[in-house]
Amino acid sequence: MLEIKNLHARIAEDGTEILRGVDLTVKPGEVAAIMGPNGSGKSTLSYVIAGRDDYEVTEGDILWNGESILEMDPAERAAAGVFLAFQYPMEIPGVPTMEFLKTALNAQRTSRGEEALKIPEMLKRVKAASSELEMDISMLKRPLNVGFSGGEKKRAEILQMKLLEPKLCVLDETDSGLDIDALKVVADGVNHLRSEDRAFLVITHYQRLLNHIVPDSVHVLYKGRVIRSGGKELALQLEDQGYAEIIGEAA
Amino acid sequence: MTAHTLIKNTQAESALIDAFAKSIDTLPGAATTTTARKTAIGGISTRGLPTRRVEEWHYTDLRNRLKTVPEGDARASGDALNALAEGIARIDLFDGNVPSDLPTGVQVTHLRDLLERGELDRSLAPADPEDVIGALNAAFVSHGAALTIDAGAKLDKPLELSASHGPGQAHLRVPVSVGADVEATIVERQTGEGAAFVTGVVDLTVGDDANVLWVLVQEQAVDTDQLTQMKFRLGKNARLTLAILNAGGRLVRHEIRGVLEGEGGDFQMRCVNLLGGESHVDVTMVLDHIVPNTTGTEIVRNIATGKASGVFQGQIRVAKEAQKTDARMACNTLLVSDEADFSAKPELEIFADDVACGHGATVAEIDEAHLFYLMSRGIPENRARALLVKAFVAEILEELDHEAISEALVSKVDDWFSKNG
Repeated sequence: MLEIKNLHARIAEDGTEILRGVDLTVKPGEVAAIMGPNGSGKSTLSYVIAGRDDYEVTEGDILWNGESILEMDPAERAAAGVFLAFQYPMEIPGVPTMEFLKTALNAQRTSRGEEALKIPEMLKRVKAASSELEMDISMLKRPLNVGFSGGEKKRAEILQMKLLEPKLCVLDETDSGLDIDALKVVADGVNHLRSEDRAFLVITHYQRLLNHIVPDSVHVLYKGRVIRSGGKELALQLEDQGYAEIIGEAA
Repeated sequence: MTAHTLIKNTQAESALIDAFAKSIDTLPGAATTTTARKTAIGGISTRGLPTRRVEEWHYTDLRNRLKTVPEGDARASGDALNALAEGIARIDLFDGNVPSDLPTGVQVTHLRDLLERGELDRSLAPADPEDVIGALNAAFVSHGAALTIDAGAKLDKPLELSASHGPGQAHLRVPVSVGADVEATIVERQTGEGAAFVTGVVDLTVGDDANVLWVLVQEQAVDTDQLTQMKFRLGKNARLTLAILNAGGRLVRHEIRGVLEGEGGDFQMRCVNLLGGESHVDVTMVLDHIVPNTTGTEIVRNIATGKASGVFQGQIRVAKEAQKTDARMACNTLLVSDEADFSAKPELEIFADDVACGHGATVAEIDEAHLFYLMSRGIPENRARALLVKAFVAEILEELDHEAISEALVSKVDDWFSKNG
């Protein structure tokens, strides 16, 4: 279970406060959608959960299964089951994709006391996952994300998520830059991973994604706080009325 | 009396002069060759080895750094070497052995035969008084092979020039003449074991419309000092891609002296210097654009660990006639240890007025965003950093036009990291 309590965070470099007291709980098996206008702090929230040190937490806490993760570095959080699908996945020339996947998967496995996967088993899993996501496996011979289109990068993120089998999946604007066919493939990939012991935090600007990944709860983030929570119908209401009305009510 | 005669020879200088006196009667060559050799060593004995006061040698004080020169021909115990990748035809520069699967259109001549016939006399003369590598090699050269590749030949496999030496001295020379319209990949290996002193000169001519990938892999032992040089001339619309991997040696200097002689010529250099231990590796390039419409891009990436030091001097000279020259040079260094250092000296000397030229030299750092991405997938910080350090150099090797060779080079980089990481 993810419990975010009164979370305040600012940009480390210039001290700008972005999150101003976020409260949010996501139970195992739950898909929680975070919506909000640009600049509301959605991406910051995802980075702070993943442990990016460009941000400083000044108040509050993030508990994952009852324990604070604030002192853990990003790799430790990943090993604890946290996964962030990036809005803009990075191209890293010189790092072969397969080597990266193997290193990541086996680092997590060994840190959990599991046995490292051998290359044939690894390849088998990568092939299965990439065919499900309709990805050409020859792409994985390239350096990490290098020369991938926007859509291919997003699929590659979901591919990593499938392989790493995290328990908390944070999807940051996974729908941006995807055409409708790619969106369906990616959403199917996510839906296949839904299970009782896995929680999702789906961050999106538009309702569109939520037609394909149907959330259990919807939370509206505005100026660094959750100003409204509800069921999936809240997303539809936002789609109809825009953010202005809800923001007005909260203010 | 001139200042030169006041020099008291260092141990290394004396060893070189003694070695020459001992071997001159047995070194291969016509009478005229012997004269050329004596002239070459004469410059060394009167002037001494260059110090930091000689501009070209400012960052590599050869006189001070070259402590000793071992005796004897290094050939004897040189270990056989596996080819860099599968499907490569290997030519042994010591015994001149030519493989049975030598591609059609390639002729190999023993260097010894050329020396005996006096055919190399003219090319043995050092380019200028600072051409100490040319002079030392001219004085002592005894091994090597001359390659001729016939016009129009498209080599179906790469050639590998292999020179694995044992302890002692090895002096090699490789004149290569590539005909017009040739496609060829040539791998040069510099490796061996035991305390050794090595000099080498490659003298390459690339004919019109030819396309050559030249891959130099230097993996000398920690007690080997090596001074080598590559001279090249490119014809019209000729292309030379020079990939260099320096991953060993104690004192290493590699000079590149290139001339783009024909319009449309293109020179591409990708150089990776992996500096570890107490090694000192110097790559010094002088590139002349002398006709219009030539291009060149040189990318140098360095990783320095331990107490290693490195040097890149890159001088691009664009003649007045060489309009529309496009010349780019970049040298980036990752300093992994506080005690390592790297000196970069890029220079542009431009006399034409319609050119696009640029250079940059930077000290690079690991990209924190990349580090976060890798760590967010569960890769611990130290491993993530190691991956990114390797990526910094692998990036420029993985784009070569020969996949198996690219992969072999990247795996050499892996090997180096497992020893020095």
